[in-house]
Amino acid sequence: MTPSLLHTVSLAGPTLDPVDDVRRMLALHFMVNAFRAGAVAAVLGAVIGWFMVLRRQSFVGHTLAVVSFPGAAAAIWLGVSATAGYFAGSIAAALVIALVPRTPAGRAGSQESAVIGTVQAFALASGALFVSLYGGFLDSVTGLLFGSFLGVSDDQVVALVAVAGVVLVVMAALARPLFFATVDRDVATARGVPERALSVVFLLVLGCTAAEVSQITGALLVFALLVMPAAAAQQLTARPVLGLCLSVGLGLAVVWSALGVAFYSTWPVGFFVSTFGFAVYLAAAGVRLAVGRGVRPTRRGATAPIPGVATA
Amino acid sequence: MADDPTSQEPTGRSEPAVRFENATARLGGRDIWSHVDLAIESGTFVAVLGPNGSGKSTLIKAVLGVLPLASGRVEVLGRPPGEAGGDIGYLPQRRSFDPSIRVRGVDVVRLGADGDKWGIPLPWGAARRARDARVDEVIDLVGAGAYAGRPIGEVSGGEQQRLLIAQALVRNPRLLLLDEPLDSLDLPNQGAVAALIADISREFGITVLIVAHDVNPIASALDGVVYVARGRAVSGSPEEVITSETLSDLYGTPIEVLTTSDGRRVVVGQPDASSHHAGPHGPHSAHDHGPRGLG
Repeated sequence: MTPSLLHTVSLAGPTLDPVDDVRRMLALHFMVNAFRAGAVAAVLGAVIGWFMVLRRQSFVGHTLAVVSFPGAAAAIWLGVSATAGYFAGSIAAALVIALVPRTPAGRAGSQESAVIGTVQAFALASGALFVSLYGGFLDSVTGLLFGSFLGVSDDQVVALVAVAGVVLVVMAALARPLFFATVDRDVATARGVPERALSVVFLLVLGCTAAEVSQITGALLVFALLVMPAAAAQQLTARPVLGLCLSVGLGLAVVWSALGVAFYSTWPVGFFVSTFGFAVYLAAAGVRLAVGRGVRPTRRGATAPIPGVATA
Repeated sequence: MADDPTSQEPTGRSEPAVRFENATARLGGRDIWSHVDLAIESGTFVAVLGPNGSGKSTLIKAVLGVLPLASGRVEVLGRPPGEAGGDIGYLPQRRSFDPSIRVRGVDVVRLGADGDKWGIPLPWGAARRARDARVDEVIDLVGAGAYAGRPIGEVSGGEQQRLLIAQALVRNPRLLLLDEPLDSLDLPNQGAVAALIADISREFGITVLIVAHDVNPIASALDGVVYVARGRAVSGSPEEVITSETLSDLYGTPIEVLTTSDGRRVVVGQPDASSHHAGPHGPHSAHDHGPRGLG
């Protein structure tokens, strides 16, 4: 799909009839594919992102997404499908990070974040190299980094659905022990939960998700679908199942509304996805603040603070 | 648990809940303790005492089967360690929940019930109802009903500890392993939580192995003491161990044991009874006075 088509369509502009606007949009096959791909990325990002936020692994998630950029750039340079490049980059990085030995007590020791930062910087630099080797159209770099919804082919949608299906099935099997190991690692380990293996599998799952989401939002804006809906949902509720459902709902709402608006705008889709996600998060934080003020009970004497902090 | 004949032997003749035979634990090439022989009778309330770094938590981990012995053997509820599974309730050394973590106390208790199972549980059905009923029951038992629905990072240290005890109890364990459950609680909470653990042990005949920094809050409930020091571990009755001579020798510093007018023993001059040292005992120490003191 060429940019010129988008501009032709956009110049037509939205009418005052939203139903007609949506109908005109969905008459275009590339837009239908964009909505499909966006929905798959939103659902996957919301579910995996919920666990990522809970596990405090946002930095890892960001790196895995950034690494999809050199993957995709290398794929384009080599004349292979960019989709394959996204996944190859992220999964390879997930394996590298999984190999980093962890400090015994924490799941994200300083060594791990230093390694992750190093991987991230190197990955971005490699991406720049591949783009320049290819001959570098500025448009394609912008698309890889900040997102594009043009030209999602039927094959790509099928690939996205297949990967998302596998990831979600794996997550359904792992969800409970992973939640246990995340919240309460020592007890989970004592109960025989293979915590180390679970965190490696989760990194791979996160890599697949980051690669998938990158294809809609671009490598730098993955957090719009990976963090924002999940973080907003966790602001709104501490219930795990409700939180996951909310996260999915918010993610879908964000990506579909962003695609709809971007269709009638000349501004990039990544901007709208991120801005709507940000708005949702702010609203959720506001709701929590308002509710927390009104509801939080006063503490009883029996639950005085721990010594050393209390008696100042 | 009530169906199991071994759990309710009324006399000391039953098989011990935990038995160490010539056991040696090694960490990083260093023997933590070696040639340990001990037996913990079923249904007793036993404290594990000893200086910092002497291997008290290692002893608990050996019972759990998380840390394999270098030599010798441990038998837990008549089985090798690690095979007693749901019959053991475990409360690790101070876990500081991140104050911002968005997980409710009741979820943490539920994870104790079935968090190690794979797959998504069906939201209906008898098993789910039985689990939920049991979770409610243990939460009531520890008196955590009022705050179990709040995020666990937002409740106080004493409230967290009650929820964690509920989590350890949810599968009807026959053996409770509690690693410094009173650490970093204030005095009233230390007393209340100690009394709760003692009551549970008596009422349900659960063997309790409790690692303690400060023996005073639990002294009156103890049936036995295991003391770990200088590479050895020995058990004895509280009368034998909680004496000025034994404790002074154990900690290598003068300690005095006084007897109150109602016959309780009080340990005076115990090192580390009220302070925590950072240093070789890992990153947890840094969190001991952390932002948990919300309330």
